[in-house]
Order: sequence, then C-alpha cells, then structure tokens
Amino acid sequence: MSNKLKTVALLGAVATAVTLSAQTVQAQAKEKCFGVALAGQNDCAAGPGTTCAGTAKVDYQGNAWKLVDAGTCMEMELPAMADGSARMGSLEALDRDLPAS
Amino acid sequence: MISQSAFRHALTDAGQPVPETLVDGAGRPAGRRFSVYRNNVAVSLSEALETGFPAVAALLGAANFARVAARFLRQHPPGSPLLMTWGGQFPAFLEGLDELDTMPWLPDVARSDLAMRRAYHAADAAPIEPAELLALDEEALERARVTLAPAVQLIASRWPLAEIRSYALGETPERPSSGAQDIVVTRPEFDPVVSALPERGHAFALALKAGMPLGAAVTQCGAGFDPAPTLALLLGQGAITGLIS
Repeated sequence: MSNKLKTVALLGAVATAVTLSAQTVQAQAKEKCFGVALAGQNDCAAGPGTTCAGTAKVDYQGNAWKLVDAGTCMEMELPAMADGSARMGSLEALDRDLPAS
Repeated sequence: MISQSAFRHALTDAGQPVPETLVDGAGRPAGRRFSVYRNNVAVSLSEALETGFPAVAALLGAANFARVAARFLRQHPPGSPLLMTWGGQFPAFLEGLDELDTMPWLPDVARSDLAMRRAYHAADAAPIEPAELLALDEEALERARVTLAPAVQLIASRWPLAEIRSYALGETPERPSSGAQDIVVTRPEFDPVVSALPERGHAFALALKAGMPLGAAVTQCGAGFDPAPTLALLLGQGAITGLIS
C-alpha cells in the first residue's frame, strides 16, 4: 500500500520535473548571433580568415558569432557603423566588418 | 652532474642553496641565474593557482593568496606537466592552515573552484530529452536508472556555498545569508554553472550518479522527500545524459 503511494508520487514528481525543466531550458536557450562579438571574444566557427573561438580579428566581425540568449540577437545595441548607419546583429553570417585579408 | 631529484628539490625551496654542481655549457657555475629561474617557476605556478581558484583568490585578496600559494606550490608541486590538473590537494591544504581558521568555508570554496575546472575539461555528453521520462509508467520509472553527464560535480557543504561563490566573484552584492547549501556544477553549453541543490538533493543526485534506480534513490532520501526540484534542475541543465529503463 505505502509502496503504491510512493510510486504514484514518483510519477507525479517526474512529470512536475519535466515541466519545470522545460521552462529552465527555454529561459536558457541560446542562439548564434553574428556580428556582435568583440575581437577575440567570439565563440566557435567563424568562417574564412578565422577558425574558432577567440579568433575574430576585428570588433563586430560579421562572420564571427557569439552565443547569446535566444531572442536577444537582433535587439542588441551596437555602436553605429563608420558611415552612421545602424549596426545590427544577425542570425546569419554577415559580410560587414570583415578583417582585411 | 646533478640528479633530477636534487635539482627538483632545490627548485621548489628557496631556502636550499644553489646546487653547486649545476653548470652552464661553458662549465661556469649557475650561481644567481638559478635563483632567477627558481623565482620564475614559483611565480608562474602561483599565477596558475590563482587562475585555477578565482573564488578563493577573491576571498583572500591577491597578497594573501600569493603567500598561501607560495607554501602550497612547494609542498605540492605539479605531478604532471598538465597544469590544468594541478591543485587537487589545495582544498585539503587550506583546511590544514591554522591562520585561515577564521574562514572555515574556504576549503569548500576551493572545492567548488576545482569542480568548475573539472567540469570545464570533462567529456561532452548529449542530454536526454526530458520527455523520454514521461513515456515510462510507474513501475518502469521506479526501476529506471539515469546516467549523469561527466561534467556533473556534486559538493556537500555546511556553508552557503553557492552564495559565497557569487559574492566572492562579484556576481551579487548581497552577503551570503542562507544556511548550509549543497551545490551541483553542470555544463549546459560550454561553460560550467553552479547551482544550489534543493533540500536532500545532494544525497539524491549522488545516488543517481552511483547508478541507483530512481525509486530506491528517492526512498533512501527519507520520508517526504520530493525529487521534483532536483530532477528539474538536472534536466534543465542538461545533466542527465542517459536513461536505462
């Protein structure tokens, strides 16, 4: 009898845990954001001219990405471009701010 | 000629004389150049220790940490060329220092620094989909075992360890105020994360790590134990990487 009660409790606890964890995961979800990392501060894989983490040559390098909280990539405030136009993060690789090769 | 052990002995103890038989290519005695080398070794090891134990270093301050490190590196020089593995004895070493009696939580903070480093270097493992657990009925759940990620590190503490860490590292201005806090270190993406474990969560997670079936792991935590918060934490941090049902 008491054993039965415990297993029912376990089933309920696991269901609760799965629900709770889904919320945590959502809160933590990251996205790759191109063109926002400072030189040397990018996460992995940055295309030609750079190979991996920490290899971005210039600030806001367009083909280098950084993991940021999901949904924040496009909203991040970045300094304006040299010509005064707004600089924005992107979920795709960009062709701006590439290191001179 | 000088033996490896004599050289090593003199290298880690500034009180030792320069080995007389140590000469350069032209046969001249090493003299003060050996002291320069000895000092460089000590300073670089001290810096490596400070990098490896950031929370301890923050709590002690740079000058005190350097003093403690100087003693540690002489008693426990690296046993391997891989500096990333050095410092395993540092928590126990801190426990033995009388002058740190006023900071009895320091060894646990050192253990947490070490756990962060081990988690960082641990092998990758893909987490299970939490929903996989929902496919099991009561009995299967009772018998099921889980595998925890290699990065998972559990530390029991009599002190509010998670809060002390956050305060020490400047993540929060609030002084630690809770009672005892056990912690788990996980690595959800690329960087290790410290979380405070819910009540009795340490014993539960330890049982899971040891391969105990879910039902038994809950039972051994005593009457009224609710595994949900701990399970949610582990699932949410991607710390459960296998389900054996």
